[in-house]
Amino acid sequence: MSFVQYMERFDRQECCHVLESTDSSKARMLLTKASLSPADFLLLLSPAAEAVLEPMAQKARLLTIKHFGRNILLYTPLYLSNYCVNHCLYCQFHSGKKIVREQLSLVEVEAEGKSIAATGIRHLLLLTGESCAHATIAYLSDSLRILHPYFASLGLEIYTLSVEEYAQMIQAGAESLTLYQETYQQESYAQLHLSGPKRDYINRLHATERACQAGMRRINIGALFGLAPWRQEAFWAGLHAYYLQKRYPATEIAISLPRVRSSHEGFTVPCPVNDKELVQILLAFRLFLPQAGITISTRERAKLRDNLLPLGVTTLSVGSKTTVGGYFVGEKKGNQQFPVADERSIGEIKEMIRRQGYQPVMKDWPASWNQGDAGVRSGFACQGD
Amino acid sequence: MSKDLLAIGNSLIASRLFLGTGKIPLPKMKQVIEAAGTQVVTVALRRVDFDQPEENILDFIPDGAIIMPNTSGARTAAEAIRLAHIARAGGCGNWVKIEVIPDQKYLLPDNFETLKATEQLVKDGFTVLAYMSPDLIVAKSLEAVGAAAVMPLGAPIGTNRGLKMKELINIIIEECHVPVIVDAGIGRPSHAAEAMEMGASAVLLNTAIATADDSVAMALAFRLAVESGRIAYLAGMCGETSYARASSPLTGFLD
Repeated sequence: MSFVQYMERFDRQECCHVLESTDSSKARMLLTKASLSPADFLLLLSPAAEAVLEPMAQKARLLTIKHFGRNILLYTPLYLSNYCVNHCLYCQFHSGKKIVREQLSLVEVEAEGKSIAATGIRHLLLLTGESCAHATIAYLSDSLRILHPYFASLGLEIYTLSVEEYAQMIQAGAESLTLYQETYQQESYAQLHLSGPKRDYINRLHATERACQAGMRRINIGALFGLAPWRQEAFWAGLHAYYLQKRYPATEIAISLPRVRSSHEGFTVPCPVNDKELVQILLAFRLFLPQAGITISTRERAKLRDNLLPLGVTTLSVGSKTTVGGYFVGEKKGNQQFPVADERSIGEIKEMIRRQGYQPVMKDWPASWNQGDAGVRSGFACQGD
Repeated sequence: MSKDLLAIGNSLIASRLFLGTGKIPLPKMKQVIEAAGTQVVTVALRRVDFDQPEENILDFIPDGAIIMPNTSGARTAAEAIRLAHIARAGGCGNWVKIEVIPDQKYLLPDNFETLKATEQLVKDGFTVLAYMSPDLIVAKSLEAVGAAAVMPLGAPIGTNRGLKMKELINIIIEECHVPVIVDAGIGRPSHAAEAMEMGASAVLLNTAIATADDSVAMALAFRLAVESGRIAYLAGMCGETSYARASSPLTGFLD
C-alpha cells in the first residue's frame, strides 16, 4: 500500500472534526498512554491539547532523553546550486526570480567543504535547486565523492530521484535524504507550485519511499509550515513518518518543522503558525513518534531555538549560509534561499547546548564507511502493511 | 569475593557492571564510570572521532578501562565486520560488541546476521561479545563459532522495563558455557540484582544511569545491586515454593 492509499484510510471530515476538539480531559488522558495511535495524535494537535502543553512538554523531554540521551547533533547546510526550473511561490530561488544563478564548480565544492570541516562540523547537508541540467546526477555524485573524506555523514536535499538514482547517491556517499512535501494538502500544493517537475504532488510524496527502497539510512521529512492550515499539515506529516517507520524499519525516520517566511517580493504566508502552535506541533510529534529525530533549523531565531531544545529536539543546524558559495568562495555567488534567523557561531551553539545540560554531538556516523556495504537484508526493508 | 573474577577473552574482570556510554554527557563520564566501579565500557564507533581528538569520546574514559567498541548503526553482518575493523585500525583494541540492528524503531538485533558477523570476526582474531535476542539455539551457535560472551537483551534498548525475557535468559544461562551478560532493558538496580541472582555473569546498561537525575549516585546504586546479586547467587539461592515450609515436617513420623 502506498502512502497515498494509506492517507485515504482516514476520513478527512472526521479528522477535521477531531482537530476541532476542545475537551482537554481527553487530551490529558492520553498523557498516561504508553504509545499513541494516529487518532490520539490527531487529538494532540487539536485545541483540546492547548491546556495540557506543559505536561506534554514534561513528557516529551523525558521521552527524548530516554531514547536519545541528552545529545544534540549539529550539522551545516551547503548550497551547491540555485538553478531551478520550478516555480514555487514561497521560494527565493524559484524559476521566475531574476536572481544571480550560480553553481559551485567541483573545485569550489571542495573549498567550501574544507572551510566547513575546519570549523569542526562532521555532518553536512548538500542542497540544490531543481535543475537536472545543471546539478546533474554526475555532478551530485562527484560532489559527494569529493566531500566524503572531510565528513562523517553527507545528506542530500535535492530534487526527487528514482530508486536507481538514489542508489547511485548512496554509492557516492550519501547517508541521509531530506525531502519536505511542503504541503500535504493537494489543492494548496497545486496553487503554490505553478510549474516545473515539482508540480507533481504524488511523485514527491512517494520519493522518500524510493529512497528507503534504495537503502538510504536516514530520511528527514516535513511540511513547510505556514502554507496550509497547520493542524492538518502536522497530522499528515506525522502520519507520513509513522507510515515510513512501519514500512521501512531499517531506515531512521526524522521530522523537521520548518516555518515559511513572507518575502519582500510579494509572498505572504497564507496560514501563519505562531510560536505556541509550533510548540504544540513539536510536542505532538515527540509523543506520537518517540523514536524519530526532530530538527530545528536556523530559520528560527536564537532564543526560540534555545527554548525548544529540551522539548524533544535532537538535531540543530548551525553556522548556516543559505547562499551558494557562502562559506569560502564568497557571497557574490547569488542570493539567500531564506534569511538565517540564528547567526550564532558553532562555538556559541555548543556553549548554549552545554549550558542547558545537553551534549553537542558533532559525529554520529563512522567516517570511512564503505557505502558499498549499504543495503539491508532482503525481505526486511518492506514489511508492514 | 576478591577471587570472583569474570574471564572474557584473555582478560580477568572484577566488576560485573559493564556500561554503555551513548547517553552519558561527556563531562560526567569519568565520575559515572568511577562510581559504577566499571572496567568494561562500550562505545559506539559512530560517535568516535579519530580526526578530532578534542571531541573524542574515548578521552573521557578513565585509563585502565577496557574499551569495547560496538557496531551500532550496522544493519548487516558485512557492515558490522567493516565497523569492527575500522575500530581496531583506529586503536580501539581487540574487543568488539556486535550489534546488528535492522530495526530502527525497537532496535531489536538480527540474530542471523549477528551469528555471521561473529563467526567472521572470531576468525579475524577479535574477542567478540554478541548482542542478541534471547534464543537458546542462536546462543549455542554463537558459542560454537567462538563468541567470547553472549549478550541477550532483557527488554528492548532504552525501555527500562526489566527482565521481560527472563525465562529465555534463564535457559541460556543454564545451557551456555560462555559468559552470559544481560544487556538492555535494565531500568532499576533491582533488575540488575535479579539478573545477577539468576546467574548472569554480568550486566550492561546505559539509559538507566545516564538518564537518572543524579547519574553518579545511580551508578553507585547499580554497583551495589550487581555486587549484591552476585554474592547472593554464589551463596546459593534458596528455591521458591508456593507453600509454607513447616518447621515441623508433616512426614517426620516416618523417620
